[in-house]
Amino acid sequence: MKIDKTKVKPYGDTMNDGKVQLSFTLPLEASLESSEAARQLANKMGLKEVSVVETKDLGEGFSFYVLYGKLKHSVDTTKIKVAKVETDTMSYYEVNDFIKDKIGRKVTVVGACTGSDAHTVGLDAIMNMKGYAGEYGLERYPEINAFNMGSQVPNEELIEKAVKEDADAILVSQVVTQKDVHIKNLTELVELLEAENLRDEFILILGGPRISHELALELGFDAGFGPGTLPPDAASYIVQTLVDEDRV
Amino acid sequence: MEEKLNVDQNLVNRSREAAQKIADGIQVHINDNTTTTVERTVARLLGIDGIDAEEIPLPNVVVDQVLQSGELDKGIAYWIGNAMVETGDSPQEIAESVGEGKLSLVDLPEHDLDEVKKAVNSVAKDMYDQIEANRKEREELQKETPTGPKPWLYVIVATGNIYEDLQQAKAAAREGADIVAVIRSTAQSLLDYVPYGETTEGFGGTYATQENFKIMREGLDEVGKEEGRYIQLVNYCSGLCMPEIAAMGAIERLDMMLNDSMYGILFRDINMKRTFIDQYFSRMINAHAGIIINTGEDNYLTTADAVEEAHTVLASQFINEELGLRSGLKPELLGLGHAFEMDPSIEDGFLMEIAQAQMIRQIFPKAPLKYMPPTKYMTGDIFKGHIMDGMFNLASIMTGQGIQLLGMLTEAIHTPFLQDRALSIENAKYVFNNARHLGDEIKFKEDGKIQKRADKVLEETTEMLEEIADKGLMQALEDGMFADISRPKTGGKGADGVIEKDEEYYNPFLTLFRKGLDIK
Repeated sequence: MKIDKTKVKPYGDTMNDGKVQLSFTLPLEASLESSEAARQLANKMGLKEVSVVETKDLGEGFSFYVLYGKLKHSVDTTKIKVAKVETDTMSYYEVNDFIKDKIGRKVTVVGACTGSDAHTVGLDAIMNMKGYAGEYGLERYPEINAFNMGSQVPNEELIEKAVKEDADAILVSQVVTQKDVHIKNLTELVELLEAENLRDEFILILGGPRISHELALELGFDAGFGPGTLPPDAASYIVQTLVDEDRV
Repeated sequence: MEEKLNVDQNLVNRSREAAQKIADGIQVHINDNTTTTVERTVARLLGIDGIDAEEIPLPNVVVDQVLQSGELDKGIAYWIGNAMVETGDSPQEIAESVGEGKLSLVDLPEHDLDEVKKAVNSVAKDMYDQIEANRKEREELQKETPTGPKPWLYVIVATGNIYEDLQQAKAAAREGADIVAVIRSTAQSLLDYVPYGETTEGFGGTYATQENFKIMREGLDEVGKEEGRYIQLVNYCSGLCMPEIAAMGAIERLDMMLNDSMYGILFRDINMKRTFIDQYFSRMINAHAGIIINTGEDNYLTTADAVEEAHTVLASQFINEELGLRSGLKPELLGLGHAFEMDPSIEDGFLMEIAQAQMIRQIFPKAPLKYMPPTKYMTGDIFKGHIMDGMFNLASIMTGQGIQLLGMLTEAIHTPFLQDRALSIENAKYVFNNARHLGDEIKFKEDGKIQKRADKVLEETTEMLEEIADKGLMQALEDGMFADISRPKTGGKGADGVIEKDEEYYNPFLTLFRKGLDIK
């Protein structure tokens, strides 16, 4: 079947049927009228032939809907440009060999959950010895000195540690992003580094479930890693950037 | 009842003996020291509440004044009692005078110790009785409108606005939730004071304040009456103000408190001594108030591996049990925690989860075990996540867990939407109802995978506890034996709030609780 890449639509079971599923809550008691309200909202989102397949009252004047519809819109995928980390991910062994061959000394990485964030699950997945999903964390890499500072680390302390250990890279993890609490904190880190003329001393990396490379760049970081990132992704980026930018 | 798994009683006994030895090792520190927050708790229990012109809570104002004079080692109760004798005022009036800068507690003439104790004891006894009355009120309400069947469905609200929290909590209760927890604002655990009054702004949660407790309590009582089911209210008795939160919860008739003996040390880097002292007093308050504690072993498995480190969870449960009993908590109030956190891609991972859940069910038969849902391996694939939560619910109903913190399909994405909560309640209700008596039909194979897994974890647990008993709990924490996290004995936040008691140290509540709870 031929796909027109300039007009791509969601796929249900037939090319270009545009089928979309969605669910949401309305601040209305469930009724025929509330289902109609849900349907009309879906129309306004650009869905045709909307069916409200489930309406459920949630109490306290709220109700829940599941809907299907056909999306009117399409996108021209030939014109899409996305900022992304360009390095190729190497394996645990390849990273260590790369460091030995091309850098010739150990690479130092300092990581922390900064500000008020107490959720270390992402940081630990990347840093801890045991790693995540079958991939060893950076602490396990013989050619990497990894320092996991844990949660709720003030930006000042993180910088102090990075300077003390003569770090090559600083890794910041942010999980709590409600009400954009992370933005202020991350901006402050970059400003502090710039104020002390240290910004270029480190590769500055941001990670977390709501983080994209684009957001990281916008905030003044060198790279951003979102959900699904594994330790070798971060490690590969760090070591290749060190070599590419001649910082060995 | 016939046991489904064969649990080696000899190993269980050895584990409990080791836990006692471990508790003995830290009891010395607990007996010899007090902390600023323990003293602020005493002030609160003497009826001191409110804030001064600079919005500093009055319990902080009075305790800080005495601390700065270097006289807190006698206990705030002594100084309040002395001021009561001198001025004839109530503790609240005294605190207000201190707040207005009109009174310096340590500069008043010191009265006869017996007279001072008598003054303060009568106020203390009033509060003691009030908390007891709250406990009885709960018992009465639970007779009229009983709690739902176990496992209780536990959900979280976290909007930052107490009124919005209440609305969501009510909706959840109507859907079938038995327990509502109001998540605290990020980083409240590191505040060395408790904010005052109702709050409508927070980050990732809502501040724990006494007024917020009251608002939620009233709302849940209301919906409980309408639904014919008592709805339990939870908050977080942890962080630098652990016992103060306990006191507030006891006064406002909360039903459960997250209250772990080591969580703050490991996950908030709070000083060890401080935590051990604070947990002791806070648990006495919870015990007297009939509040079920929830311990935090589940957290270990978010940093350490659930397959390899399962024994650290059980070891910590033995320690939490022993420390809880020493604070007067009855086994029925020990909501020992664990979690369904194994990598879902492991073959037979569910069997290992069952082994752990069934084993601890048998080791702690009276405890309303607190079971935490998958979080570490939850992703943006909410559909898979919803099935993982279903498996978690199945493990729970098969093994008779007590408190089921419902997993949310959007765990990895955001604080729960109203619909996420409704879907998770529906998930749990479906699985619990559909497999209600499955556990009664099961006996595990003698040489089967589940039996062997349980044996292995228990053996490792006993070994670990005996090692800790030899080196001491503080050394074990320094060595990183829990959660792969190492904490220095003398480091951590709040260390400066630990004060060695004077020989004349006085705290009327220690006496009242020890007597009432029959603690030696």
